Amino acid sequence: MKNRIKNAFAKAKKESRGAFVAYLTMGYPTLEASEAAADALAEGGADVLELGVPFSDPFADGGVIRSAAYRALENGVALKDVIALAKRLRTRHPQTGIVLFSYYNPVFSMGLERFADAAADAGIDAVLSVDLPYEEREELLAVLRPRDIGYVPLIAPNTPIERVGDSADGVGDSFLYVVTVKGTTGARTELPSDLSARLEAIRAVSPIPVAAGFGISTRAQADVVSRHADGYIVGSALVRRLGEAGELKGEMLP
Amino acid sequence: MKTHYGIYGGQYVAETLMAPLKELEAAYESAKADPAFRREFEEILREYVGRESPITVAKRLTEHLGGAKIVLKREDLNHTGAHKVNNTIGQALLARRMGKRRLIAETGAGMHGVATATVAALFGMPCEVYMGALDVERQAPNVERMKMLGATVHAVTEGSATLKDAMNEALRDWVANCDDTFYVIGTVAGPAPYPEMVRDFQSVIGVEARRQCLERFGRLPDEAIACVGGGSNAMGLFAGFVDDADVRLVGVEAGGKGIATGEHAASINGGRLGVLHGSKTMLLQTDDGNVIDTYSVSAGLDYPGVGPEHCYLHDIGRAEYSVITDDEAIAAFDALCRFEGIIPALESSHAIAEAIKRAPKMPKDSIILVNLSGRGDKDMENVKRYKESHK
Repeated sequence: MKNRIKNAFAKAKKESRGAFVAYLTMGYPTLEASEAAADALAEGGADVLELGVPFSDPFADGGVIRSAAYRALENGVALKDVIALAKRLRTRHPQTGIVLFSYYNPVFSMGLERFADAAADAGIDAVLSVDLPYEEREELLAVLRPRDIGYVPLIAPNTPIERVGDSADGVGDSFLYVVTVKGTTGARTELPSDLSARLEAIRAVSPIPVAAGFGISTRAQADVVSRHADGYIVGSALVRRLGEAGELKGEMLP
Repeated sequence: MKTHYGIYGGQYVAETLMAPLKELEAAYESAKADPAFRREFEEILREYVGRESPITVAKRLTEHLGGAKIVLKREDLNHTGAHKVNNTIGQALLARRMGKRRLIAETGAGMHGVATATVAALFGMPCEVYMGALDVERQAPNVERMKMLGATVHAVTEGSATLKDAMNEALRDWVANCDDTFYVIGTVAGPAPYPEMVRDFQSVIGVEARRQCLERFGRLPDEAIACVGGGSNAMGLFAGFVDDADVRLVGVEAGGKGIATGEHAASINGGRLGVLHGSKTMLLQTDDGNVIDTYSVSAGLDYPGVGPEHCYLHDIGRAEYSVITDDEAIAAFDALCRFEGIIPALESSHAIAEAIKRAPKMPKDSIILVNLSGRGDKDMENVKRYKESHK
């Protein structure tokens, strides 16, 4: 067991901070630029990288990530390219957690066994599929488990607390991705007022680390979240900054 | 509640939608068991939609073809001009029962959008319809109708700017507003319980047609034919006959310029297994699992997936699925206009075209029942343009 994700969260905890989980859409603005940005994030303090796979129908995403996905598709970037990129990142960043973040169809379409072999070969630690809830995930987990690849479950604002334990069960080396708001991905000026209590409640029942995402774009928001969760996820804000500047540097990180 | 049909169907949605889907399942189960719900549904179908819709023997077309008797189930005579309203009434009643105040919908050709805008007006609910920007152009009269009925129409410009993108946008709206919003899906696709629920509301088509055939001809049809985009009118027709093993069920997919050209919308005939918009289904997709832009002269069939129960009926051999091209559909459109004085929707023209192919090969005492799912007023411009560009 490599347990890179578990170790990444443990390391952050030891340093009395929330783990920084960084999302990027791979292939945006170009495949090379997204790879360089992932390197910059890993070197600049990201504990876990989420590598977003572009998809033609990104129905759970807000404007920033959708635009990035469409551009990445125009650049000809597909799941197999993101897996190959993950393999290169793995050789350069042996300790960083790497999560492959995808809609389900590209993964399913590749053939689940074939996908799982490729992901294992690339050194991917866990997979997150936006549209694969607890009820449907077993077929994917069945190919991930024997290869020691984890699965990252999403917890929504309206997920009953009884369901959190089930969602976190049997997912291997992973964390719970707590969605802070109902809606699509993207920066919000304000996070919900009951978020702290909700995160504490989830943390109380979760056997794996808990990280919050959707809407987090500033250091201040990350700090607030880190008081009540084991980590925070930043996506759209990074994708936007990368798109504007063409590269990511240390000072652009929250 | 049944969520899968064989390997198809399911609930492939974002976690935020699981709670509203479970709420919907529970509400639908309770409504189904409530005779008052059924009564109100049937009363509105009778007094507002004008059901039952008749069956019509297409006499001159039948004579011209010289084979099986062609019988039309006249969903085109419904208020709003298509079968779509059967379903929107059911879902709006359910929305009201659940205390949801706002309706949203996706639409391709605009018929489902019009049917949703109609029931929203009838029930006094605000309504927002998502429609691909290309379809807004192709189906301008329906956009005007929706606006006149008080709905807000959002033109969706991203992706391929067609039905699938409209559905993506409707899902985004629903994820953000599921507390007070009911998403009225227009076909037997999407996550469970939609495929079952929409089929049940549309089953009035097949149940009526079965009884009408028995009354009029003293027997069941040999074949029941309907066009399939997402597949709601076909599922509604098939529901009446699925237990009658001797009635062949035939779904007709949109072949566009021909399967070989890649420009079509025939998911069962030209796609492979995938996951989109909440269900596992036959899907038109690239090798990398991205969804392909579909093509059909008929906007209402222009969808890259298909209802999961159709995939299942296909797998078990209970229904067969054929393909009709644009050219064949246009020829059938003309035939029905000239022989019967009925202007069919381009979607329904695909089913007519299949019947025209089959009838001459069948004995005169056999019967083909065709679901005439909608009228063609909305298609006049398109047919004119098509003919001008194919002279």
